[in-house]
Amino acid sequence: MKNKKILIRSEQVNVYYGDNHVLKNVHLDIPEHTVTALIGPSGCGKSTYLRLLNRMNDYILDFKMDGVITIDNKNIYDKSVEVEELRKEVGMVFQKPNPFPKSIYDNVIYGLAIRGVKKKSYLDEVVERSLQQAALWDEVKDSLKKNALSLSGGQQQRLCIARTLAVEPKIILMDEPTSALDPISSAKIEELIFELKQNYTIIIVTHNMQQASRVSDFTAFFYLGDLVEYNKTDTLFMNPEHDRTRRYITGRFG
Amino acid sequence: MAKPVKERIIELFLKGSAILTVGTTVGIILVLLSESIPFFREVSIVEFLTDTEWTPLFTTKRFGILPLISGTLLVTFISVIVAVPLGIIIAIFLSEYASPKFRKTVKPMLEILAAVPTVVYGFFALMTVTPLLQMIIPGLSGFNSLSAGIVMGIMIIPLVTSLSEDAMYAVPKSLREASFAMGASRLQTAFKVVVPAAFSGIVVSVILAVARAIGETMIVAIAAGQQPRLTFDPTVPIETITAYIVQVSSGDIPHGSLEYKTIYAAGITLFVLTFSLNSLSFFIRRKFQEKYQ
Ligand SMILES: Nc1ncnc2c1ncn2[C@@H]1O[C@H](COP(=O)(O)OP(=O)(O)O)[C@@H](O)[C@H]1O
Ligand SMILES: [Mg+2]
Repeated sequence: MKNKKILIRSEQVNVYYGDNHVLKNVHLDIPEHTVTALIGPSGCGKSTYLRLLNRMNDYILDFKMDGVITIDNKNIYDKSVEVEELRKEVGMVFQKPNPFPKSIYDNVIYGLAIRGVKKKSYLDEVVERSLQQAALWDEVKDSLKKNALSLSGGQQQRLCIARTLAVEPKIILMDEPTSALDPISSAKIEELIFELKQNYTIIIVTHNMQQASRVSDFTAFFYLGDLVEYNKTDTLFMNPEHDRTRRYITGRFG
Repeated sequence: MAKPVKERIIELFLKGSAILTVGTTVGIILVLLSESIPFFREVSIVEFLTDTEWTPLFTTKRFGILPLISGTLLVTFISVIVAVPLGIIIAIFLSEYASPKFRKTVKPMLEILAAVPTVVYGFFALMTVTPLLQMIIPGLSGFNSLSAGIVMGIMIIPLVTSLSEDAMYAVPKSLREASFAMGASRLQTAFKVVVPAAFSGIVVSVILAVARAIGETMIVAIAAGQQPRLTFDPTVPIETITAYIVQVSSGDIPHGSLEYKTIYAAGITLFVLTFSLNSLSFFIRRKFQEKYQ
């Protein structure tokens, strides 16, 4: 693991919402083709960190950030960076499944449609490939024209994953992707994450310690805006360096 | 347990108001029907619906409603062409681009615009818009449907904006986030996600605006003329159903005469038009109620 290439570097990253200092001097290097879990109590800045990587915080009025974040050695906050291009490389799956109220097919091709791709045969191909990758193809292949909102919650979330995969990103950000799902659907998504890390770099926020230990290679523990500890997942869970980490984990495992 | 007296009185009062409202509507329909039946005893429905001239006040009387319908539809069409694109663009701006503060200030202002008396709009059309248009279109008559239609369009913009903005604003934030996260711009998000998701609400706003335009009276009575004519030429005087009703009821036509009864026939035509539009909007709202939570 250790010799994998570092894909995402964060150096001395600080984030403020107005006067609220929510990320403090965060340094975090994430290797390619791994799963990194972000854990920590509510409000400690996990989502904020995640949303730095695809610049979704840019929409927040009083958001301020300093420090450097690079992906593939490119500063993603540089003026020359086009956010639309960045988000093609860095996809995101949200806590609550949020498919568009369109057909399953149109959901999957959304990212291509907004980039002007029209060729039907190519789109068909992408739809099949993405749904296959998201382990949803067999369930929906006969009803691609059906409204995505008719799917179950777990299927909707896999559709959202397929929608993200369709533009072939390098990185997939997942903000508590299973917290709104039943255990069976959650297990399917976890399996999927395991498959996807062959080709993608995944960063997942989770409140579920079992989930973090099952799916991730690395885990980062945040506390009140500080990155307290970052290590291989098994090391962090079995043998945490900091007392704070140990207390959080044991409290969470219950 | 028995309800307190106060509550029962309030309940009774509310029930009474509801009955009164429904009763008034039913009463209006009954009057329209009973007064227009004698009219249709003298003029056949076929003649009424197919004759191309409407001259009940002349010595050679013709009773074809088509010129009044065409006049009504022409003005309505022009107003919709003005109001729908502008109204929806303003709605998109308010819902997707404007800061919350701006939105909060502008929306009530738009609604005030809707409260300007229509007489004011009518004179604005006649005294300001028509002369202005005459500078561009030399052959434009002093009374015409173009000017009336444009001003009526301006009048119904707030209606379109307000209702369609409500529908767009109700589209969950999570859908916009999904779209942005896929790399879509604000404009793409507005047109590919928000507008389609709010589509039924937007359609309803347009239908209600059309119904409002069809029923609008003062602007057309003042600025469009009083010459029923079966035409789609927007530069000449025409007459709408509503303007005709005003003309007859404010003139000295003896009550009970056939001429007088024409206003009930015209009224029931108007009623059928607006009632079907309102039913359509009701149906669309029921059928396509936003499916997401
Ligand atoms: N849009 C926002 N505007 C202002 N403050 C915010 C916003 N989003 C989050 N915060 C604040 O930033 C801190 C970190 O939040 P967040 O990153 O969502 O934490 P987590 O995902 O770990 O629960 C919290 O104190 C929260 O109140
Ligand atoms: Mg969060």
